[in-house]
Amino acid sequence: MTATELPRPTGRLTVSVTVNGRPYRAEVEARMLLVYFLRDVLRLTGTHVGCDTTSCGACTVLVNGHPVKSCTMFAVQADGAEILTVEGLARDGQLHPLQKAFAEHHGLQCGFCTPGMLMTAYAFLQENPNPTEEEIRRAISGNLCRCTGYLSIVKAIRAAAGQPVAG
Amino acid sequence: MTTPAPTQEVLGQSVPRKEDTRLIQGRGRYLDDIALPGMVYLALVRSPHAHARIRSIRTEAARSIPGVLAVITGEDLAKLGLAWMPTLAGDRQMVLATGKVLYQYQEVAAVVAETREAAQDGAFAVEVDYEPLPPVVDPFKALEADAPILREDRETRSNHIWHWESGDRSAAEEALRKSDVVMREQIRFQRVHPAPLEPCGCIADYDPVTGRLTLYVTSQAPHAYRTLLALVAKIPEHLIRVVSPDIGGGFGNKVAVYPGYVCAVVASILLGRPVKWVETRTENLASTSFARDYHMTVELGASRDGRVQALRVKTVADHGAFDASANPSKWPAGLFNICTGSYDFPAAFVEVDAVYTNKAPGGISYRCSFRVTEASYLIERAMDILAAELKMDPAELRRKNFIPPEKFPYTSALGWTYDSGNYAAALDKALKLIGCEGLRREQAERRSRGELMGIGISSYTEIVGAGPSHLFDIAGIKMFDSCEIRVHPTGKAIARFGTRHQGQGHETTFAQIVAHELGLAVEDVMVEEGDTDTAPYGLGTYASRSTPTAGAAAALCARRIREKARKIAAHLLEAAEEDVVWENRRFQVRGAPERSVSMADVAFAAYTNPPPGLEPGLEAVYYYDPPNLTFPFGTYVCVVDIDKGTGQVNVRRFVGVDDCGNVINPMVVEGQIHGGLTEGFAIAFMQEVAYDRDGNCLSSNFTEYLVPTAVETPRWELDRTVTPSPHHPLGAKGVGESANVGSPAAFVNAVVDALSPLGVRHIDMPITPWKVWRVLREHGITG
Repeated sequence: MTATELPRPTGRLTVSVTVNGRPYRAEVEARMLLVYFLRDVLRLTGTHVGCDTTSCGACTVLVNGHPVKSCTMFAVQADGAEILTVEGLARDGQLHPLQKAFAEHHGLQCGFCTPGMLMTAYAFLQENPNPTEEEIRRAISGNLCRCTGYLSIVKAIRAAAGQPVAG
Repeated sequence: MTTPAPTQEVLGQSVPRKEDTRLIQGRGRYLDDIALPGMVYLALVRSPHAHARIRSIRTEAARSIPGVLAVITGEDLAKLGLAWMPTLAGDRQMVLATGKVLYQYQEVAAVVAETREAAQDGAFAVEVDYEPLPPVVDPFKALEADAPILREDRETRSNHIWHWESGDRSAAEEALRKSDVVMREQIRFQRVHPAPLEPCGCIADYDPVTGRLTLYVTSQAPHAYRTLLALVAKIPEHLIRVVSPDIGGGFGNKVAVYPGYVCAVVASILLGRPVKWVETRTENLASTSFARDYHMTVELGASRDGRVQALRVKTVADHGAFDASANPSKWPAGLFNICTGSYDFPAAFVEVDAVYTNKAPGGISYRCSFRVTEASYLIERAMDILAAELKMDPAELRRKNFIPPEKFPYTSALGWTYDSGNYAAALDKALKLIGCEGLRREQAERRSRGELMGIGISSYTEIVGAGPSHLFDIAGIKMFDSCEIRVHPTGKAIARFGTRHQGQGHETTFAQIVAHELGLAVEDVMVEEGDTDTAPYGLGTYASRSTPTAGAAAALCARRIREKARKIAAHLLEAAEEDVVWENRRFQVRGAPERSVSMADVAFAAYTNPPPGLEPGLEAVYYYDPPNLTFPFGTYVCVVDIDKGTGQVNVRRFVGVDDCGNVINPMVVEGQIHGGLTEGFAIAFMQEVAYDRDGNCLSSNFTEYLVPTAVETPRWELDRTVTPSPHHPLGAKGVGESANVGSPAAFVNAVVDALSPLGVRHIDMPITPWKVWRVLREHGITG
């Protein structure tokens, strides 16, 4: 028996998004993931792919203010959305306090998880500007880091929240 | 003479990292961030079977998919002589399978297409007809006489790969026979995976007009890749440029050469276009280099009062389908014979037998200097079990047997000459910091209430920083390392190295070394690594070798520049060369500090006003071949509480006292130890690359192969002692791996200590809640 040929999902759709304050409009394959739209189409390569199973969080961006793992969302699902990526954190040439704190407190080593970690922390501090250490640890538990052991990341987030930290 | 020289001391300071500026803004340049004009994508077809004969491969359907440009099979590669490639361990490995497959997820065909998606569609459309064969998963069964022969390409009709031994067999046997007590135990170090957050990948860019091949690749050792590529693919080496861009973590995973790289090179040559291959997480975990997988039997002989007499270790090493470890060729089991650890053993003997099974190939050193982790875990577990047998305090047993400070340099029974150490100092400091006496009292009290609390100690010693070149090589290339410094006319400098960092902070720490030696500001020294066209030849970054080798090269290269600079300074100061001295980071006339010039003044003169007869310019290159390895050490103490209802182990406290000699950047060193401890914690409690009886990989993504999050990870408490290396120009030792090497035993010792009232003497890692729960139930504890 010959196999039934099913149609390939090659349909192309239009997606309109605002990324880091700048509007874009593009035609993409329906199956294109948001992370590849950001990386390959818009060439915003700060957002990384680390696992393909929504486990590591290296691809975290903000979609309408909420942190989303962009490897598990289609680009077309973001149609009409406001997206913020790590490239949009610094404003007018000024680093965001989180970025400064990560550098000051050694919150990164290889830097691969850093953009996702920064975006998760950014959204979290908007929601909870003065968190406890436990709250920070829970908030970033969807973002994996293989280098730092998190201690210095937690310290950096506390520092960015204006809390006194040693070192 | 007005240019001010930076006078601030820069060595030993927590200088903020130079690399962070780009990495916190999403401006790193990792492999998959690179897009070249006309670039196409490669996807691999992988075997669903652990062991199967390939009857046929049909590629027509794949070729008909829009966007697919080429399908490459093992037969195609065989015509080019590239179906097999050498491993770094002297074995060979299939690039694309011909004849049969030997492990699940083995590479069978490569599909190249215009887009990532089309390449993947093409890979799904390749039809492979397999005839399944019985898989051999257990390495002990693989050694049985009637086991199926896995490697039909070898003349030897056996799954046994090699036998290696070290030490004096009869002396160890004799000493064991004479010992009052002989402790015996089987200890397994499970198969684990480095799993850096960035998977492996490459872009091969062959220019058919110039014949030049540029390979962008996630490589910890770019120069070795270039030479191997020249040797294997017969491309003239001057036409190959290997670029290793920013790397998102390596941990040993990015030392080996993988089939995907070879396929991308072949595809780029065939198509004349840049070809990108980036593996998925599943491909990373299930097919690239695993680590450990040692089945160890240890015998430790001692006198009744606790003095160690002999160590004998017999190990079966499971290498999977190909021996793809990355050990120096003299050391097929790496530096496993450092397993006498921190202790003064009069006699020792170690033997290792390596075995093929139907599992992914490897045996690499994951955050480890060539099997040191297995060795350290073994001896630190064995010492604890011996202490239990002798009813001695484990700290006391260690203290009694430490190599004493006055015995350094110390030559071990297995032949290594330890450079320096003061083991008791680190142990005492760690015990004091954690408050061990109070904890033992608390433990006694809790035990009387039936609670499970444990304290675990590990007093590890490492052996890191390979060379020396008479002992160490990778595929014949000697393991020195290098530095090239150019001081520009305006007193700024670029320093290039044969190493390649992956998060260790070389751009900062190596700049500190150069700045220190040349009297420059750290921000005025740019460090560059990873481009074989510009960097001096070196063997790369792994095995904690960068600071011991390239760091030393940086200091000596800078001193070579300073020698020339002194001649120029003498010319500028109108003084005799022998009267010019280097003081306070400036050249001055002896006894006349007001007559001085800075390195920037000298640099300007080197290009604008060189002394007559002296070669202009101010640059140097230095190849450093270390006289010995460095031997960092330390003590870790861990306190755990076990929940009797669930089997969950809670790490209540963990104190680490490390000694890596003189520290270049304390912040960076602390970060390395935090990270290493976290990986050691994961190995002890969460991670194993497991296979079922059919050879299916059960740990092929991050939902099965667990990485600790910020919630589980303990709060590390650190301190240090400083025992400089006597032979390193800066007194420094390697440190990047210490914590991953030394910590697993501390965790396991603590858990076993907690369970010891039940009569438990050993539990193999990973110590999952289920495993502990089962042990508790076996002993009638029901929570």
